[in-house]
Amino acid sequence: MDASLFTSMLFATVVAGTPLIIVALGLLVNEKAGVLNLGAEGMMAMGAVAAFAVTHESGNPWLGVAAGMGAGMAMAALFGVLVLTLMANQVASGLALAIFGVGLAAFVGKPYEAVALQAVPPIRIPFIADLPLIGEALYNQQALVYFSWALFWGLLWFLHRSRAGLVLRAVGESPASAHAIGYPVIRIRYLAVLFGGAMAGVGGAFLSVFYTPMWAEGMVAGRGWIALALVVFATWRPLRVMVGAYLFGGVMITQLFIQGSGLQIDFPSQLLSSLPYWATIVVLVAISRNRNTIRLNSPVSLGKPYRPDA
Amino acid sequence: MPIPPPPTAPQPDPAAVPARLVLQGIGKVYPTVVANDDIGLAVRAGEIRAILGENGAGKSTLMKIIYGVTRPSCGRMFWEGEEVQVESPAHARSLGIGMVFQHFSLFETLTVVENVALALPGKPALDELAQRIVEVSARYGLPVDPRRHIHALSVGERQRVEIIRCLLQDPRLLIMDEPTSVLTPQAVHKLFETLRRLADEGCAILYISHKLDEIRALCHTATVLRGGKVTGECIPAQETPASMARLMIGKELPRCEHDAPQAGGEVRLRLAGLSHASDDPFGTDLRDLHLDVHAGEIVGIAGVSGNGQQELLRVISGEEPLAERFPVQICGVEAGRLSPGRRRRLGMAFVPEERLGRGAVPTMSLADNALLTAAHNQGMVAAGFLRFERARAFARRCIDDFNVKCGGPAAAAKSLSGGNLQKFIVGREILQAPRLLVCAQPTWGVDVGAAAFIRQQIIDLRNRGCAVLVISEELDELFEICDRIAVIAKGRLSPVRAAGATSIEDIGVWMSGLWPGAEHAADAPAATETPHA
Repeated sequence: MDASLFTSMLFATVVAGTPLIIVALGLLVNEKAGVLNLGAEGMMAMGAVAAFAVTHESGNPWLGVAAGMGAGMAMAALFGVLVLTLMANQVASGLALAIFGVGLAAFVGKPYEAVALQAVPPIRIPFIADLPLIGEALYNQQALVYFSWALFWGLLWFLHRSRAGLVLRAVGESPASAHAIGYPVIRIRYLAVLFGGAMAGVGGAFLSVFYTPMWAEGMVAGRGWIALALVVFATWRPLRVMVGAYLFGGVMITQLFIQGSGLQIDFPSQLLSSLPYWATIVVLVAISRNRNTIRLNSPVSLGKPYRPDA
Repeated sequence: MPIPPPPTAPQPDPAAVPARLVLQGIGKVYPTVVANDDIGLAVRAGEIRAILGENGAGKSTLMKIIYGVTRPSCGRMFWEGEEVQVESPAHARSLGIGMVFQHFSLFETLTVVENVALALPGKPALDELAQRIVEVSARYGLPVDPRRHIHALSVGERQRVEIIRCLLQDPRLLIMDEPTSVLTPQAVHKLFETLRRLADEGCAILYISHKLDEIRALCHTATVLRGGKVTGECIPAQETPASMARLMIGKELPRCEHDAPQAGGEVRLRLAGLSHASDDPFGTDLRDLHLDVHAGEIVGIAGVSGNGQQELLRVISGEEPLAERFPVQICGVEAGRLSPGRRRRLGMAFVPEERLGRGAVPTMSLADNALLTAAHNQGMVAAGFLRFERARAFARRCIDDFNVKCGGPAAAAKSLSGGNLQKFIVGREILQAPRLLVCAQPTWGVDVGAAAFIRQQIIDLRNRGCAVLVISEELDELFEICDRIAVIAKGRLSPVRAAGATSIEDIGVWMSGLWPGAEHAADAPAATETPHA
């Protein structure tokens, strides 16, 4: 493999992994508070279409990202009312949200199907972008790629160094105990759900405004579900989410390259296309089998409604 | 419990010390029950006041009201002379009220210092806080390592964390909800010393319990609740357990009748060199256990929880089958690899520790729960079909014979109070006329009257020739009903002694793993409170 090919594949891998990282880290916060939101796919779709529409009308991609974030949060707020205020079942509500969001996005996005956006130029970080091999791939990227890295470091600090993160983990582990020592469990869960929705919206916006600057029905293509799976298989640890997301992106790009290269290989292309999905899951399961890790990191109350007694 | 002599301790002079907390006419009405009715109460600085009452007497509800977890329906509360309405636990803490819960409110996946930080106002730096924890734990004799995770601590250590968490808030009123139910006698001693020191420093303490001898040893004054009402006040040191029991349950304390054991019964349960590695990372490995339980005797196993009791129960019940047959022998059959159902058909009955979830399915009716263990034994299955009328009739018999207060066989298991559900479960097992009964904590969290009833039923079963194995942390209970007693510590079993030939103090020492001839004594110097270390 020559150097420029390596650089361009690394570049593509990072781009492919970025929306997964943003969405999965948002869901991680969501689930650490004990709320399981299966509606990620729907929130991403709404984020993607809102971001595309606003970018198209205003010409400003950053207004688009903000709109995507807002759309994701609006969907999450709806979910929050259902499962946190009305105590509806989280799994059923989440599935409904996923289906609803994808459908609504297709409906809203109809007028935008045939239009294209101007590609947003990447941001080049001086000096380190000149590094051989990796410089062009890592440091001449879209702003949201840098954002995903900042989100990762911020989340590591938040979960393990900040008081708010400690409270969040406590609420996810035992809402009854957290209530007994005086924390507003429902409010904290709302904030976590809204954060998850916001990140899903940003992830969707990345797809429709930066990754492929266009809108098409079904363009989220299961990334919301993969992000959900990543969080679980990464045992709710941010670093493993990153590893899983880039692994997924890397395998995705590699198999696309193999399919597009015209290499004559005796392997069904359908199986090749499914490679990123199962490769990611196999690897994450393999590195996360330790029972200790699972027990220490999984939010015990995940998916269980909690109603504080008055 | 080894009880030190009743305190000649300084009684705070009622006239000289102002009341720290006064309750007037407190009431709490839930949709189906009046939990508290016109409760009046006062506690002064330096006073240790017992709140005495059976399960369901309204003690816990009252404490939750004081601590702001729930709101009273009516009544007034005065804190240091000023009327207050406690809005939340955080508000209670800001007033200076601390509470140690019966069911710990600790977060298992967090460390000690993180747990403490969660309960403190402001944003204390964890390193400084860890230092303060070490200081406080040294000052009050409550050793605990602030960096450890809660799930790796023993129950006694967890309670220390709860207490330290309260002490760091400099409480002026400390509420202790049934704190000794999980402690060894020695640990109870230390706890009482800590509480006395706190009271001497001017802290008021509300001590909730139904253990009369503890209250006599520790408390200056007592308020007795029954059925949500105050039925009396007394000075425990001047009362006898019997007179306090009358106030608490409204009648004489029931005693168990216990005949001499019948010697020479056949072996119904034999553990022959049972070893088993736990697959739970925080579990205890069982190491070379030998035990015989004969027909017509009750054998008790004492120990601090977390020393292998769970694992032993799972291995005996069949929940965790072994690789080999011989280590567990039930009624003469090598049963190590049999499933729980097969073991039951050999004549074994089993009362697990957790009532809800293992002993009974919470959302299912009592009749369905009866079906779960008695289906084959009581002919509730015919040609592969269930005979529900038989299940209902059997559940009805359990309810009648064991005085279970409930809405009938169709009532959901979770709708029963703990004591009544336990009576139902014990009844379900005993009425199947087992040849061997294995029960864990048969009276845990059950009120005095129901506990005495359950113990008597177990003794009667043994008098009918059944072999009984009881695993319990309550030494009083074991000494009351058992013919022979052993101790489990760090996954090993002590020699078995006749109950009359040993004492609570000896067994208390054995609970640290230090019995005569214990070859592992040297490698387990601090075994009392660190079974997982």
